[in-house]
Amino acid sequence: MNYHGIKAIYAFEMGRTLRTIGQSIASPVISTVLYFIVFGSAMGSRIQTMDGVPYGAFIVPGLIMLTVLGQSVSNASFGIYFPRFTGTIYEILSAPLSVIEIVLGYVGAAASKSVIIGTIVLATSAFFVPLHIAHPLWMVFFLIMTSVTFSLMGFIIGIWSDGFEKLQLIPLLIITPLTFLGGSFYSVKMLPPFWYKVSLANPVVYLISGFRWSFYEHGDVNLGTSVTMISAFTVVALGIIAWIFKTGYRLRK
Amino acid sequence: MQNTAIEISGLHKTYENGFQALAGIDLEIKRGEIFALLGPNGAGKTTLISAICGIVQPSAGRILVCGHDNVADYRAARTAIGLVPQELATDAFESVWNTVNFSRGLFGKPRNADYIEELLKRLSLWDKKDEQIRRLSGGMKRRVMIAKALSHEPDILFLDEPTAGVDVELRKSMWAQVRALQETGVTIILTTHYIEEAEEMADRIGVINKGRLVITETKDALIKKMGKRQMVFSLREPLQDIPSDMADYALALADNGNKLVYTYNAHQEDRDISDLLECLREKNIRPKEIESRQSSLEDIFIQMVG
Repeated sequence: MNYHGIKAIYAFEMGRTLRTIGQSIASPVISTVLYFIVFGSAMGSRIQTMDGVPYGAFIVPGLIMLTVLGQSVSNASFGIYFPRFTGTIYEILSAPLSVIEIVLGYVGAAASKSVIIGTIVLATSAFFVPLHIAHPLWMVFFLIMTSVTFSLMGFIIGIWSDGFEKLQLIPLLIITPLTFLGGSFYSVKMLPPFWYKVSLANPVVYLISGFRWSFYEHGDVNLGTSVTMISAFTVVALGIIAWIFKTGYRLRK
Repeated sequence: MQNTAIEISGLHKTYENGFQALAGIDLEIKRGEIFALLGPNGAGKTTLISAICGIVQPSAGRILVCGHDNVADYRAARTAIGLVPQELATDAFESVWNTVNFSRGLFGKPRNADYIEELLKRLSLWDKKDEQIRRLSGGMKRRVMIAKALSHEPDILFLDEPTAGVDVELRKSMWAQVRALQETGVTIILTTHYIEEAEEMADRIGVINKGRLVITETKDALIKKMGKRQMVFSLREPLQDIPSDMADYALALADNGNKLVYTYNAHQEDRDISDLLECLREKNIRPKEIESRQSSLEDIFIQMVG
């Protein structure tokens, strides 16, 4: 293993985050506050409970997931797309690094940043609602797995993109709708049976459900299903990345 | 210790769009030499280098770097190589110090502040070490690229068009630095389309055109083999025609018959010239001045790829 290589990429990527620390933290904190004002206080006061949980508290896991998914995809996709755009990727490709090492460096850094931001959003929530975390270890598990899986997906998007528009396209057209429709602000169990079935095709439902369960022991699907689904996403993402490096797709001519 | 730095056999590369960039390259580069790869734009120089460094996947063929297969044993092969690409691709917002240390890490070497300090001093970058790269001039950026390539103490250094768009002074200082590197035992492979550069720097020269190595020779042998010499006689009285019995010599008239130009190959025997001189005297053609010219690599090059 080229540990120095992994460390170099990881430190480089984290350094990029630290250079823009203001916007890295300010933007998730501000949007969380806004969500709490709109959904928690203004509208939430009219909604008593959701699935047995006060509405303000109910949206906390969804809000964290919303931020973590978006941050993971955008960090990881930008992290690998930018060197391709500027041409500095030549150095990564000519270095004695295996696929796994490159992925560990880039995805590890993107996922770390997501976990940090997720934690910040969680801390911000504590100012608005009393927090209760029933299963902290499960919560950490879901937070990390989601950050890693969606950073892997971001990495794939960053390699697939051949322009800045495409870099925005997938998050805008797929990730954001799936997150909003995945039960960030409501329980999919509230939906009519048909739309409930449709929702189950949305992978994000399982992430939010499992994550919310770790807080309140209430989920839209059971815990086992959530764990199985998120593991399946990770495997699929890893498979795609293995294929990318094997064929050199968009990386090696 | 292996004597061969790079060994390439049967290397082919056809890009997805059907363009054949390399059409069967066989090449051996010895340890410690400066090898210049000379060729016009689009000849395949950069593709060849990229294939050796692992950036381009060859369609066929085999590459050994210090005896290590660059696919099966890519770690050992790539660790031995430092690459300075043609394009100035740098992380604009990073400092010189960070970017050079980053490169060293990528190539699997632990931090060594003393070595990097020495390297930056050698490349006159030490006083710029904390500067963001975007604030540096083009020539300095080029040197940062060289520092990055040397950060992990490679045995082989590739310089792809190192002096493209670099002013004369910097070019000269770069040549001096390359020679100093060679003295430390580094094998250097440079591509260029400046003949002057190959002529100045290289021990051996490979001429590449349309994906094939046209010739690989030591510089002197190349000039000797391909070089044409010319002898120009400035005449006292202009000549209307070349006397018919002198047609055996490759003679031509220039400057309205005031000059007689004799072209011959460098490896031809000197006897011919004395014969020619005797012949001229018999005909009472009297030169007032004789000038001899030797073809440069550039002439040879044009002759080969033209």
